[in-house]
Amino acid sequence: MGEVIKVGMADLKTCCPPNTVTTLGLGSCVGVAIRDTSNKVGGLAHVMLPDSTAIKNSQTNIAKFADTGIVELVRQMEELGAVRRRMVAKIAGGAMMFSMQSKSSAMQVGERNAQAVKDKLKELGIPILAEDTGLNYGRTVIFDPETGDFVIKTAGKGEKVI
Amino acid sequence: MGDLNLAQVSEQYYDVLKELGNIGAGNAMTALSQMLNCKIDMRVPKVELLEFSQVGEAVGGDEQIMVGVFLGVEGDITGSMLFLAEVSSAKHLIDKIMPGMTQPGNEFSEMELSAMQEIGNIITGAYLNSLATITNLTIFPSPPALTVDMAAAIMSVPAIEFGIYGDNILLIQSQFFDEVEIDGYFVLVPDIESYERILSSLGISV
Repeated sequence: MGEVIKVGMADLKTCCPPNTVTTLGLGSCVGVAIRDTSNKVGGLAHVMLPDSTAIKNSQTNIAKFADTGIVELVRQMEELGAVRRRMVAKIAGGAMMFSMQSKSSAMQVGERNAQAVKDKLKELGIPILAEDTGLNYGRTVIFDPETGDFVIKTAGKGEKVI
Repeated sequence: MGDLNLAQVSEQYYDVLKELGNIGAGNAMTALSQMLNCKIDMRVPKVELLEFSQVGEAVGGDEQIMVGVFLGVEGDITGSMLFLAEVSSAKHLIDKIMPGMTQPGNEFSEMELSAMQEIGNIITGAYLNSLATITNLTIFPSPPALTVDMAAAIMSVPAIEFGIYGDNILLIQSQFFDEVEIDGYFVLVPDIESYERILSSLGISV
């Protein structure tokens, strides 16, 4: 059994077999798991916000945003020998945790996060093999770069592998 | 305006927010004790500035199942507010309102959820009212929404709002107890302009 590498909120980590990588309690954030199908180099990013360019203050944590976080994860994986054109992705999260009457943009951030992640992956030419996004509950995810299995656990809504 | 970085503000600023948290939580507990008709004591709240990766652990673990009551705030101060309690604490409070009606375990019936929503409504309303009184600002809370889920997933909602401004989240933890100890957490997320408005209304320059 390998080590389970933990990724915090607004964080990203690379991972090689036999290790797996996890993030606990994704809410409106999105977990982006990427692997090279040939040499099994993988990684997981836990993005909080869709777009770094929409924020005027200078930001230091690039893992926080869908656009910069995914680029950085891909860059770190390439340093470990992964090749862009062999990469595939699976994504989860982007829930709307509270159903408010006023559908402000703040409440729909989960949906916007998921969309931003899809747009960025498409731009980078990384296909999305599976996703479990939206709805209204939290998800814990575990990614195995060896098999590509993306295990999704919930509180009272069951467990599945995508 | 808008350049406020939470990680760089002064000690005085935290002392003010801590005191506001203390008063807010105190008023919330008074309202709760009146509603439940019992005596409730509380400790001095802890105010912590946390990194995002720490928020789950700070409230008892990322995957700890908790009850969250979330509401929007409008008026002179805009933003949102979250009240968070452990399942056992929430069940205890619900049992006070509806004795013998609570079911064991992590599941909540419609009745229990409805009761918890009302408790959340009263707690957050009292908290915001005291804030409005001290600052002489108008604050209108929206009806609350409730969820039962993993702590980190619930905390992601205010964390994302803080994420727009920086890499930290301000958490006010208030422990209160009658015969059992109850852990409750308040997260007030004023928009950045509102932070400055709160402080300037108290005569403090940022």
